[in-house]
Amino acid sequence: MNSAALQPAQSAHEPSKDVHAEMRGVTRVYGGDGKTGGVQALAATDLRLRRGEFYSVIGPSGCGKSTLLDVLAGLSRPTTGEVLFEGKSIDGRVPEGTGVVFQEDASFPWLTVADNIAFGLRRAGIDAAEIQRRLDYALKLMGLADFAKSYPSQLSGGMRQRVCIARTLVMQPRIILLDEPFGALDAQTRLIMGDELLKVWRETGATVVLITHALDEAAMLSDRIGIMSARPGKIIEEIKTQWPRDRDSRIAANPAFGEITARLWSVLRDESLKAIHQGNKSSAGLA
Amino acid sequence: MSRVGWIRLLVVGGFILAIELLCRTGMISPRVLIAPSDMAIRLYRLLLSGQANADIIETLGNVAISLVLSVSGGFAIGAAIHALPRLRRAIDPFLASYYALPFFAFYPLFIVMFGLGRGAVVAIGFLFGVVAMIIATLNGFDRIPRVLVRTAEVYHMGPVAAALRIKLPSAVPYLFTGVKLAIAYCFIGVIAAEFIMASSGLGYAIAYAFNNFDNGKMYALMFFIIVLVTIVNALFYTYERRLMRRWGR
Repeated sequence: MNSAALQPAQSAHEPSKDVHAEMRGVTRVYGGDGKTGGVQALAATDLRLRRGEFYSVIGPSGCGKSTLLDVLAGLSRPTTGEVLFEGKSIDGRVPEGTGVVFQEDASFPWLTVADNIAFGLRRAGIDAAEIQRRLDYALKLMGLADFAKSYPSQLSGGMRQRVCIARTLVMQPRIILLDEPFGALDAQTRLIMGDELLKVWRETGATVVLITHALDEAAMLSDRIGIMSARPGKIIEEIKTQWPRDRDSRIAANPAFGEITARLWSVLRDESLKAIHQGNKSSAGLA
Repeated sequence: MSRVGWIRLLVVGGFILAIELLCRTGMISPRVLIAPSDMAIRLYRLLLSGQANADIIETLGNVAISLVLSVSGGFAIGAAIHALPRLRRAIDPFLASYYALPFFAFYPLFIVMFGLGRGAVVAIGFLFGVVAMIIATLNGFDRIPRVLVRTAEVYHMGPVAAALRIKLPSAVPYLFTGVKLAIAYCFIGVIAAEFIMASSGLGYAIAYAFNNFDNGKMYALMFFIIVLVTIVNALFYTYERRLMRRWGR
């Protein structure tokens, strides 16, 4: 099995400068009539993702991180502004070439691991030999080969999340959006899963957007990190890590890791405090 | 078998034994009730003679048709109502109070609409079963994890594909409750309808035996229905348990 099995056609191995996805002045208001009232989850947000980069979004809880991902994925329409993927505007529909991994367990309990992973491929009408090829590759890459015939109920939370990642990556997405995918896992499993994600990112050449609330996760995995403000959220600062493409969680021993984490926290601390005070003022928090 | 299982068996066995003794000692007149062992023997002879075969097949067919219609129709209607929240809010009280309505009282209307015979019997079985399935479908769809609905969006699934490929399997534990109720209601509806508006079927045969003071045949058929419903339910429960264990529910 060659490692090119899951490479999207137009991918580049090295992060290139061209813009892959973009948010222009995107806002999102929940409730109200669109003009007055409602809760503003996103303030006018601009974001430019380069093709093939690993971009993390970090922010205080309730700042609209998940809203940002929903809008970027096409799962939710922006109230104002525009979202572009590969130069085309997306209008509240998940564009072809986009893969999404959620925080909650999204594996289908009624299907075996193999059937879960092949779900999207079968729907797309891809021929059986090709499905098998991609399935075998994904099972191996995610360390699930021995569990192909198991049901999700027989797996741990971390394994189930691997199933969801495998199910996403067999579709050969050109962009993978992950909404706090390791949020429900224990700290050690999270580190391992982070390494797995880096492997997937390197192997597929896809652009990766990771929503996280964990400073170390953002610092360790990303090429760039966008820091969001307290609600209404927008990206207030971007930090470049300069990590080599070939990296894993052991990069935490690098002195730069501590510097990056400290810089993230120095910006984030004020925003987190603001978020907490917001929480005191009104209990109408947004997840 | 578990301890509780043995106790349960003891209760049922004790009850049957008590009836048996009361009948055999003449404390219950055979004109009121015949002994359970007698029911079994008479049923055995009845089945052997083949006299009741046509009625059994007819009733099983009626139940099967009304059950399939109730379950598939109830699921489709439930899924459609679930997709229309405003309609749902409007008709919710009707669904909730449906079984409070003794619509069996309107049986003359059914006879006018469907004539005497199978049509009316199946219609009543369906009307008994379908709403239980609608309610169970709504209930199950309410409890589908949001993340699975969003996953359907990621896979560009339309409303029908999402309902059949994601929502149906996800709601299966609740749908099973609907199917179990539908089985019970369809049997009740079909047999009750056969009592009064059919000229064949088990319900008709029981009523006919009753009117002709043929206690032996009447009780044999009643016994048959109990055994039949127990077997159908047991098979379904076993299937449900096996599936739920595999899915880890």
